[in-house]
Amino acid sequence: MNRLRSVPLAIVIGIGATVLLLLAAGAPPLEAMRLIFDGAFGNTSRVAATLMAWLPLVLAAAGLLITFQAGLWNIGVEGQIVMGAIGAAWVARTVPGPSALVVPLTLVGGAVLGAAWALLPALLRTRFRVHEIFSGVALSFVAASVAVYLIIGPWSRVGVASTSGTDLFDERTWLPTAGSWRVSPVALVVAVAAVVSVLVLLRDSRFGLRLRAVGRNPESAFLFGIPTGRYTVAAFGLCGALAGLAGTVQATGFHHKLVPAISGGYGFLGILVVLLAGFRAVWIAPIALFFAAVQVGSTQLSLRLGIDSSLAGVVQGVLVLAVMIVGGAQVYSAARGPVVTGEEEG
Amino acid sequence: MLHQDPLVFLPFSVLDNFLLGAPGGPFLDRKLGRRALGETAARYGFDFNADAPTRSLTVGERQQLEIARLLWRGARVLILDEPTTGISEPQRVELFAVLRRLAAEDLIVIFVSHKLEEVEALCHRVTVMSRGKIVGRRTLPAPRDELVRLMFGDIALGGTRPEVALGEPALTLSGVAVGRRAASPYPDLTVAAGEVLGLAGLEGSGQRTFLRLCAGLEKPGSGRIAVGGRALARQPYRRFLDAGVHFIPAGRLEEGLISGLSVAEHFELVGGNSSFIVDRAAATAKAEHRIAEFSIMGTPATTADALSGGNQQRLLMAMAPDEPMLLLMEHPTRGLDLGSGEWVWERLLRSRAGGTAIVFASSDLEELLRYSDRIAVFYEGGIIAVVPAAAATASSLGLLIGGVMP
Repeated sequence: MNRLRSVPLAIVIGIGATVLLLLAAGAPPLEAMRLIFDGAFGNTSRVAATLMAWLPLVLAAAGLLITFQAGLWNIGVEGQIVMGAIGAAWVARTVPGPSALVVPLTLVGGAVLGAAWALLPALLRTRFRVHEIFSGVALSFVAASVAVYLIIGPWSRVGVASTSGTDLFDERTWLPTAGSWRVSPVALVVAVAAVVSVLVLLRDSRFGLRLRAVGRNPESAFLFGIPTGRYTVAAFGLCGALAGLAGTVQATGFHHKLVPAISGGYGFLGILVVLLAGFRAVWIAPIALFFAAVQVGSTQLSLRLGIDSSLAGVVQGVLVLAVMIVGGAQVYSAARGPVVTGEEEG
Repeated sequence: MLHQDPLVFLPFSVLDNFLLGAPGGPFLDRKLGRRALGETAARYGFDFNADAPTRSLTVGERQQLEIARLLWRGARVLILDEPTTGISEPQRVELFAVLRRLAAEDLIVIFVSHKLEEVEALCHRVTVMSRGKIVGRRTLPAPRDELVRLMFGDIALGGTRPEVALGEPALTLSGVAVGRRAASPYPDLTVAAGEVLGLAGLEGSGQRTFLRLCAGLEKPGSGRIAVGGRALARQPYRRFLDAGVHFIPAGRLEEGLISGLSVAEHFELVGGNSSFIVDRAAATAKAEHRIAEFSIMGTPATTADALSGGNQQRLLMAMAPDEPMLLLMEHPTRGLDLGSGEWVWERLLRSRAGGTAIVFASSDLEELLRYSDRIAVFYEGGIIAVVPAAAATASSLGLLIGGVMP
């Protein structure tokens, strides 16, 4: 698929559909778009809110890029985010000590538990031939239930068993912020480092080359002597670790406690980001930023125009569908086009 | 039309399968169907339990069910595609009796088979097809040699192969059987370094399984496989690679190469480098070198799917080690033009001169006779004969391929 041609066309279609939706909702389209932009970037606190959404989204998307390149549908990413948040929460609640010690430990705890949770679908697939989509859906439910159990059970607030969340963590365990800005520089560094590492890993490393080989044609890759099962497990593990970091950012950088819907839906949204990026690492960060901006900015629509902010989800979904349709149409027309053969084929 | 694998729905009951495709309103008339099934079955000597799940029927019984359904629906022409493949001998006898009776009742029966004996036993007339074309018609009985000649064509043997002194055994099979309950194991077989073993047989007669067993891609039920003296049966595939086994499959793009990855990336995947970061400049230089050596029409950045079939085959061969202990190949020249085909064998014979043992499957008798030292003939999954190529002729091979033992 030629992305240079298909992405702008898809965006035009997506924007066109959005305009129609806005008109149908009785809102002036240009004003609405200005409001979305203003709501996402209008002042420093809005930029901060957008970045707070961007952080977990870009981490999850970077991880998903690895599993997609390995030919895997890691639908269980939501559960991996939740388990990452639980891992970070466990560290934050049990390990005493100064910020410089505990914060790195929360990140490690989140990454480890996220990776461990991702190894379950990996092993189910490689050992028992269970497709990762089914195990992923099931394990996401299990992870969400574990979070709820902890919140109303062992980790419930003193005297109250409420699904509104645990007690706030000790402030020393929060991802440190600089000045009045809510965005933690530590989280930004982690996210940028993750995206760059994934980019280098997939594009330049031998591991990445083999991973792509496994993803594109496991039979051939196996014939080359690549242990395909190990690469499947590694891809899941890495994705789970990054999803775990996303969960950590949500727990210790945003909510500062464990809440039931800790994943914020960023796992599923991350899948859309990767699909829209056409599985290219360089597109992940800007597309995630765009999605975060639409998500945060569209809250202005309900405040100012009285339109439901769920429009954000519609815009994101329509865009991805548009890219898929344009891509599919290109494949279709290519398949119908004249066949050029260099020599006689049997 | 009766397909090789009867088109029945296994979870359905016999009666429901019988009724599938029957005309009528939106509701199934099971009562009528039950009576029709009973009548049809009684007429042709079949015996069904209408409520049994189809899964519990043998392949032969499923076939009978399918025939009963087609006849009830008013079929006047019955086409059977290799109907005797999965059924037992008594069922075959029964099937033939029914077919003879249908023919006597003025139905037209078209029977597709590659088994000469069955055609001779059953048919009145035979049409011989080869490579998608009708090559001859005969009224039976006709001389068997003539049918074989029609099937495989006249073969003019030309070209000579340089003689190579055979070396140590490269591949040894003893008592190897495919599954745990395989009817009979392969005969014990040794292929020496510098020897070429051709695998003959109709497509799907077990050559592929044999090659995949030798390559370590499938595990034998029993027996021993040794490559260069190393016992390898039931070892991981990696051990086979380390022992110097290299397999080049027939589906070049499907199971040999990786669509979307470039020629340089392919070499990088099989090359022994282990640095964490791929050195792109070095990979490109190496790919350029191999591209020139194997005269591939492409650049290091060309993706495998953008190459033509002949160049895909060249790439596959360029990715093989120079002189592996054992080279396994399916259809080395299928789909290639004459020049590419000649080139492939030139390369293969060069490896052979360097001591590589070559085992290749082909459906081209000329290729088999011209390049093999010995030819193993496959029939219904097993090896029915191993003959020296020098002593074989196209018609003797053709008879063996048709399952006729001399």
